[in-house]
Parts: sequence; structure tokens; C-alpha cells
Amino acid sequence: MTKTINLKLKVWRQKDSDDKGGFKTYYSRDISTDMSFLEMIDVINEQLTLNGEDPIAFDHDCREGICGMCGAMVNGRAHGPEKGTTLCQLHMRHFSDEDTIVVEPWRARAFNIIKDLVADRSALDKIIQAGGYISVNTGGAPDANTILISRDTSEKAFDGAACIGCGACVAACPNASAMLFVGAKVSHLALLPQGKPEAARRVMAMVREMDRLCFGNCTNEAECEAVCPKEISITNIARLNREFLKAGFFSSTK
Amino acid sequence: MQLDAKVPGGILAEKWDRHRFDLGLISPANRKKFDIIVVGTGLAGSSASATLAELGYNVKAFCLQDSPRRAHSIAAQGGINAAKNYANDGDSIWRLFYDTIKGGDFRSREANVYRLAQLSNNIIDHCVAQGIPFARDYGGLLANRSFGGAQVSRTFYARGQTGQQLLVGAFSALMRQVAAGKVTLFSRREMMELVVINGQARGIVARNMITGEIETHAADAVILATGGYGNVFFLSTNAMTSNVTAILRAYKKGAFFTNPCFIQIHPTCIPVHGTYQSKLTLMSESLRNDGRVWVPRNSGDTRSPHQIPESDRDYFLENKYPAFGNLVPRDVASRNAKEQCDMGKGVGETGLAVYLDFEDAIKRDGKEEISKKYGNLFQMYEKITGDNPYETPMMIYPAVHYTMGGLWVDYNLMTTVPGLFAIGEANFSDHGANRLGASALMQGLADGYFIIPYTIGEYFAGTGLNKITDEHPAFKAAVQEVNSRINKLLSIKGTRTVDDFHRELGRVLWEYCGMARNEKGLLKAQKLIQQLREEFWKNVIVPGSERDFNQSLEKAGRVADYLEFGELMIVDALARRESCGCHFNEAYQTEENEAKRDDENFCHVAAWEYAGDGINPLFHKEKLIFENVELTQRSYR
Ligand SMILES: Cc1cc2nc3c(=O)[nH]c(=O)nc-3n(C[C@H](O)[C@H](O)[C@H](O)COP(=O)(O)OP(=O)(O)OC[C@H]3O[C@@H](n4cnc5c(N)ncnc54)[C@H](O)[C@@H]3O)c2cc1C
Ligand code: SF4
Ligand code: FES
Repeated sequence: MTKTINLKLKVWRQKDSDDKGGFKTYYSRDISTDMSFLEMIDVINEQLTLNGEDPIAFDHDCREGICGMCGAMVNGRAHGPEKGTTLCQLHMRHFSDEDTIVVEPWRARAFNIIKDLVADRSALDKIIQAGGYISVNTGGAPDANTILISRDTSEKAFDGAACIGCGACVAACPNASAMLFVGAKVSHLALLPQGKPEAARRVMAMVREMDRLCFGNCTNEAECEAVCPKEISITNIARLNREFLKAGFFSSTK
Repeated sequence: MQLDAKVPGGILAEKWDRHRFDLGLISPANRKKFDIIVVGTGLAGSSASATLAELGYNVKAFCLQDSPRRAHSIAAQGGINAAKNYANDGDSIWRLFYDTIKGGDFRSREANVYRLAQLSNNIIDHCVAQGIPFARDYGGLLANRSFGGAQVSRTFYARGQTGQQLLVGAFSALMRQVAAGKVTLFSRREMMELVVINGQARGIVARNMITGEIETHAADAVILATGGYGNVFFLSTNAMTSNVTAILRAYKKGAFFTNPCFIQIHPTCIPVHGTYQSKLTLMSESLRNDGRVWVPRNSGDTRSPHQIPESDRDYFLENKYPAFGNLVPRDVASRNAKEQCDMGKGVGETGLAVYLDFEDAIKRDGKEEISKKYGNLFQMYEKITGDNPYETPMMIYPAVHYTMGGLWVDYNLMTTVPGLFAIGEANFSDHGANRLGASALMQGLADGYFIIPYTIGEYFAGTGLNKITDEHPAFKAAVQEVNSRINKLLSIKGTRTVDDFHRELGRVLWEYCGMARNEKGLLKAQKLIQQLREEFWKNVIVPGSERDFNQSLEKAGRVADYLEFGELMIVDALARRESCGCHFNEAYQTEENEAKRDDENFCHVAAWEYAGDGINPLFHKEKLIFENVELTQRSYR
């Protein structure tokens, strides 16, 4: 059943990347529990606007958990308390009347804060640029059914391909590592026969780029898996490590 | 101006082949001399940018989000059509072509649709080569499912995330070209103006959404792949930044706008719940494969669904359309749901919902099988509503979803402004008055991977293009226009928020220019929109400054454009005095309450030319000529 709750919010406000930033407190009243977390912020922002104040900047777009644009730390947890849920899909029915909620942006060495809750995640795209693809030009592909792929392999590849590139794994990791993100992409492509020819080159290039961009190392904290909205498993990190070793041992791509 | 669609002559099945032979070519060595701007990185934009770069052109790609991968195509769930006939159920290029033309209620161009059906097969081949994990059968072959408006299984899918997987594929191809130095990426940029010099599209003005800086970019051609404008209704299944700005700016610079009132209202969305709701969530049409749509037989029946026995249920789609049942096209399904609710048979707190029930499918196939097909959709439904669809039927209601209207383009996908192309949902081309499920992804990728890369060469080969830089006075003038619009918005400092205006515009359009339309309502809406627009420019409040990351300012610009565009939709709806597909004018219906076309007078696409602010746009028509299919009353019974 729909009911309404009152909340106290402590929100990180930061003018731009040079500003030091700090928390500000807002009270949000009569919030319907059917609202999403972002709709709750919309309501605060409408009020701020009418009061002549600067609304809270936050990234969002699809609002259905698939574009990967949204994300913030809610009470210290990336994307908030619900498992397998992006911030936009988090609904207020998971909060109680008079709760205090702390909202902060993603923080990581490789992510700059642009404003308030908005972080610059372009480093993730750079990792993909380094090799997160299969090198086929348009045209020239054989009939789709000439490549047989077992259902099991295809499903496993999909589990990696489901990554939405939100960056929660990086934000949650004490080392700000991007291993889950990279592991997901490497697994997706390395498991499929189409991805095999470039597998060694790909994994070397992506890992090297990740290091260059100042993402941290993985020390098996598994925080990433716990917050990943697509529930991508850390077995993908293990696969990434295997692929990396394999590439180092057997290939001339060093 | 006489519209020339440049459709090649000859036999339908050979037109595209012949046309490709006739198209001018640019030699590989010369391609690097041409700069192309591509605005948008959805399926259409990413595929076009990547392919043009592979060919050797210099591409500049723009998008609103922080990464091209987040374009709204990412949200497509259900699947993509192709005429592979892998299911061996009698499908063919011709059948896909015919279904699409008929689904569009005979308001699209034969030659374009046929080409689309031909290219559908190449798309699947290419996507598999890119590593897209489409669903497979146990033997390792690709699996298919059926979708609305078709009696064959031709839809390829990747769980309920087909758009995501296809876009990640196109995005990866794009990233590869960025790394190769052939594409320069401009993310968090909003195109604010088109620059036309000597009648040719030569660049854009964009706003850097982080710093607020106004930038100018010159090129030899501009491709708009900016998606649909469904958000004009405020509530829709589109992403929050989906907008009409880019194509409206192009319209005001001379590109004709076609069929703006053709809006697809999707039958299976999660119903509206409250005033602060910011968007509506689609439940993929693929659910209608196994879910059964019903309402209580008697109005006012408030029992919970489990307590309503079979005899008191009305499976209205199955009863009325035995041949297609729950799989009738979207416009038909939506209208029927509305009709049931109008009769007081709607369910849920608001009475604006119908059931979509999986009980029988779960009994038949088992929970596991159903969860394999629809698991993530069920999960999404539960997250939003708090109800578990394995146990209680889903509640659904129609919502604005897709825009068949868009910029007019010829067979080469060029608009009426030379050098300006439109691809994907931003053009009007292939879906007539109603789009069939799983065909937008197909069209976006056909445009981007397989059509524009050839047709743009024809433009370059046949056109004299002077060297132009962004020092040209036309750029300065465009920048000035942009700045003055921004300053105006910031200086009003009124008392009503942008969202508040947007919400009201949406309500007016939904009421009068939604699932059913009539002349009186449309005229009323026109007045209301004019008043709202006037008030907007006097009373809107936009906080913050221009040289800043300012999301309120971004929204204000888009809503200002929607207010202008809303009126164009009404003008178009008024002018089309027939019903066809999604455009249901109550004055024109068959005895069975289906849309009644008037082929004698309205077998055309309506193309509107901007004539100045406050002046009625000029009407042009492109007559649709059907040489290969017979125009029939659509029947899905
Ligand atoms: C929820 C949902 C589910 C769907 N499911 C299916 C399905 O199963 N099958 C199917 O065939 N179709 C489906 N569709 C329709 C289909 O997804 C879209 O029609 C299609 O993806 C549009 O692709 P596009 O490339 O034209 O535009 P989009 O993907 O919308 O991309 C638009 C791009 O333009 C950019 N842009 C826009 N304006 C500007 C500007 N002013 N300046 C700079 N950049 C700009 C954006 O940043 C973005 O990159 C679905 C649609 C929705 C909403
Ligand atoms: S692995 Fe998970 S948390 Fe990390 S970017 Fe991908 S979806 Fe987000
Ligand atoms: S807004 Fe798209 S995932 Fe949250």
C-alpha cells in the first residue's frame, strides 16, 4: 500500500571539480513510498528551484536500470541498500519514516567530480577503446548461423555482457579498482568463438590501460560484486586473471 | 517545392541493388578529405559513425550522455526482426516487407520498407560477428520468438536486453574507431543549432554541458541520429533526455518535418501511480507471447484477480481478434485497453489498467521456462510495483513510446536541406502510421550500418563543397541565436518550474492528441498550448548560470522546443482528416471501431515547412504510390 514518509537528507554539494565541497542537510516531507529515489530528489529540486537555490545535480537518463547513467553512494553503499538495483530503480518503500539518508557521489582516483553527485567516468570508455571489441568491419560477416555457440557458453558470455558501465564497482572498491568492469568485458568476448582471435591482445591492452588510468589493484575484497546492480560475479575477475596469465605466457603480445 | 523521394525505378526487389550501382563513389584515398558530423550515438548514430570511419571518413560524434553507450537505444528490450526464416515457418523478405507496410497502415514508402527487410538479414550476421550474445537453442543455433503484428517467429533477442546488447556492439565498434583516430568523440554536448551555408548543411553549434561553453563545429555533411520526441508528453517510456531539439532546430533551418502527430502508444507499460512520477516503464511486448490480457467481465468488479473466476473474465483481445489474439499490433491493443477502461472495466487503484496474466503459461511451461524468457522483466516489474508477477497478474496500461514522425528524408536518407541526413527514429521513413515491434532496432541499424555509408558518398561525389571553417559568419550568427535564447531563459526568473510546464503540456497532449482524437479537442489543445507557451516565456524559473553544469537550463531549452513543437503536432493531426494506424480520429472509424483510412485523399505523408514564428507552417505532400501491395482494411481478426 502507498504511504508517505518524512526524511532527512545529507547531500554532498560541490560547485565544480575545483571546489572542496561539503554536506548540506535537506528535509523531504510527504514522500510517497511508491516514488523512486530519483523522483524523491526531483521533489527536493523543485522546491530548491522555487526557493531560488541551485538544485542538486545528479546523472540519470533511462530511469529503468539499464543505461548506467545514475549512481550515488546512499548511506555508504553504491546504488543504495537493495541488492541488484540501480539507484533509479531503488524505491522509497525500502526506507522508513524519519530515516536520515546520506548521499554522496562516486569517489575514485580515476573519477573526477564534476558537480554535486556527478562524477566523470570517461576513464571506463578509455579502457574499452584500448581493446573492448571484436575487430570486424561492417560488411563481410558470414551467415549468423554458421557460428554455433552452445547455450551455456552464450549465457556465460551474456553474464559479462550485462554490465551497464555504471562504475559502482569502482566506487565500492577500497582500492578503486576496475577489475569487475574489465573482467566482465574480457569474459564476454573471450568466451565467444568470435572473440578468441584477439583474446590475448585484448586482455593485455585493457589491463595496461586500466593501470595507466590509475585504477587500483584487486585485493579480493568482493565489495564490487556486492554492489553491482547487474549482479556480475567476481568469477569474471578470476577469468580475467587467467586470460591475462595465458596471454603473458603463450603469446607474443606483451 | 516538389518533394522528390528519389526512389529508383525498376522491380521492387532490385531497386536497392541497382541504386547502389548508380550511386557515385568516393575513392578510398579521397574519403579522408571529408568531415562528417554525426549527432547521436544510439544504434543509428553509433553504427553510422563506426562504419563511416571504417570507410575512411573523418567523423565527429556527439551525444548528451557522458558515454555514447548510454543512448536511449540501450533500453530496448524485446528484440530485432530479420527475415532469416530460421524458424522455417514461411517467413521471407517479402513477408517482413508486407507485415511492416500493413502494420504501418499503408502510410510508408514501399521501396524503403522493402530495402529494410532485405538488409535485416545482414544486420543479424554483422551483430553476431561483433559478439552479440543473442539467445540460442540447445543445438547452438540462434533462437527466435514472435512479436505483435506477425504470425511468424522472426524476432532475434538477447534476454530482455536486446537494445543494450546491440548498442554495446555498435558502441564497441565506435570505440575502436576512436582509438584508431578516425572518430573524435564529443560527449556531454548538446546540439543547439544547425548551420546552413549556401543552402548546404555545414556544421552545428553545440553546448558543452560541463562548462557551458558554446562550441562551433564545421563539416561537409551533418547526420542527425537524435532519436524520438515521445517525451513531448512528459510521461513516456523514453529516457529523460530524449528530445526534439535537434530536429526542431533543423526544421527551423529548412528541413521538412513529416507526420509529427504519428505517435506510438505502447499497450504494455506499468500504469501511472502518482503526480511526481517522472517516467513510465515499458514491459516488453514479447510478454504478450505468453501473457493473456483480460479485464473483469462486469464493470465495477473490485475483487482481487484470483477471486474472479474464468466465467467472469473477459479476454477481450482473444475474443475480438481470434487470428492474432494477444499479438495484435500495438495501436489496436492500446485502443482496446483504453476502450475497456472507458467502459469502467479497468483494474487497480486508478481503474486505468488491465491485467496481463501468466498463470496459464506458468502452468503449461513451468516457472523456470517463463523465468528464462522474461526473468529480468518480471524482476523490474516487481521492483517498481512491489507485486510479484509469478503470483499475481501484472497490471498494464498504454503509454507513449515511439515517434513514427520525424524529419522528411528521401531514399538516400537526406532531408530537404542538402547535406543534412536523418537516420534512426529521428527520420520518418519506414514505419508509416504504426511501427511493429522489433523493427526500430532493425531500422536504426540498417540506416547506420548499411545505407548512409553508401548514400553519403553520392552526395559528396555529386556536390561542389567549398572549404569552410567555423570562422564563417553563419557560425557567428548561430552562436548569437543560441546565446540570446539561453540568456532569455535565465533572465525570466518567474514562478513556475520547467517540469511544471512540461507536465501540463503532456497532460494536454495526452488528453487531446493521444490514443483518440477529434477536431474539437485538437482545436482546444491548440489554444491551450499557445497559452502555455506564452506563459512559459513570461513565467518560467530557471536557476543557475549559463557557464556551468546546469541541468535546469538544459531542460528549459528542451521544454521550450516541445512547447513549440506540440503545436505542430496538433496542426498535423487536424490536417489528417482520416484515421490510420496510431492516428485515430473518432470521426473516421469502421463499424467495428477500427481506424478507417481514406486512401483517396490521404494516401500521402505530410511534410511541414517552417514558415516563421507564429505563422502556420506550409503543407507539402509526398504521395505514396503502391505498386506491389494492395491497400486493404487492416484486419487481425
Ligand atoms: C523502453 C523502450 C523499449 C524499446 N524496445 C524496442 C524493441 O524491443 N525493439 C525495437 O525494435 N525497438 C524498441 N524500441 C525503440 C528503439 O529502441 C528506438 O526507436 C531506437 O533505439 C532509437 O535509436 P536511435 O539511434 O534513433 O536514437 P537513440 O538511441 O534515442 O539515440 C539518440 C542519441 O542522440 C543524442 N542526442 C539527442 N539529442 C541531441 C542533441 N540535441 N545534441 C546531441 N546529442 C543528442 C543522444 O545523446 C543519443 O546519443 C524501444 C524503445 C523504448 C523507449
Ligand atoms: S561491473 Fe557492475 S558495478 Fe561495475 S560497471 Fe558493470 S554493472 Fe556497474
Ligand atoms: S538512470 Fe539509467 S540506469 Fe539509472
